[in-house]
Amino acid sequence: MANDPGSLRTALGRVRFLGSAKSGTHHAWHMRVTSVALVPLAVLFVWIVASLAGKDYNAVRAMFADRFAPAAVMILFIATSAYHMMLGMQTIIEDYVHDEPVKTWSIIGNLLFSILVGFAGLFAVLKLSLT
Amino acid sequence: MSEVERRRPLSPHLQVYRPMLTMMMSIVHRITGAALYGATLLLVYYLVAAANGPASFATASGLFSSIIGQIVLFGFTWALFHHLLGGIRHAIWDTGYGMDHPVREYLAQGTAIGGIALTILVWALAYAMR
Repeated sequence: MANDPGSLRTALGRVRFLGSAKSGTHHAWHMRVTSVALVPLAVLFVWIVASLAGKDYNAVRAMFADRFAPAAVMILFIATSAYHMMLGMQTIIEDYVHDEPVKTWSIIGNLLFSILVGFAGLFAVLKLSLT
Repeated sequence: MSEVERRRPLSPHLQVYRPMLTMMMSIVHRITGAALYGATLLLVYYLVAAANGPASFATASGLFSSIIGQIVLFGFTWALFHHLLGGIRHAIWDTGYGMDHPVREYLAQGTAIGGIALTILVWALAYAMR
């Protein structure tokens, strides 16, 4: 391929290993990386939520305002989850939605929903821990 | 359709494919993933309510403490653990190990049983500690 005189691909294009789509295995790879990160984060998240169960307002506030670790774990968990679920739902949409405009709008909606959920969660944890 | 074409192996159409545990677990992995996608709304609602002040927190806390709220949270706890263990199973398979019979069956069974066991364990601990 590299010596194909008929090829219109430049040397730089070959080195980057990217075709006209401008992306390769990033989606699958980021899915794997976020999965690995979410294993410990999800366990810690469940621990935090379980210890919040049945607690009153002041106890919940104190959990995030008085200590560093719970808020830090929540921030990492929410940010990683939002990205992970955006990737996952995009795969589901691409698998089942075959109408091109509906698919495109679904993927846009998925992206916006994931950003919105991630942002709202992060902002709430920051407000709880910093005010 | 010629005889040769007719005898070609079919891709797994759900209508004609014998249900198998690994296949069901694959489907459930996707369903739990989609369910957790929606569950993030509950998490964000809880956090935003707490950040909003005592009044909105009391409303959210009341909803989650109700019978229906507890059942929904129990279901999402299971979805999270099932998806978590399913992810670990897929990570093992990604390395090329555990795909042969009977290891793949043990992994699938472990995911199914482990998800339920961890859910019950966490809820028992949470109720014991509160």
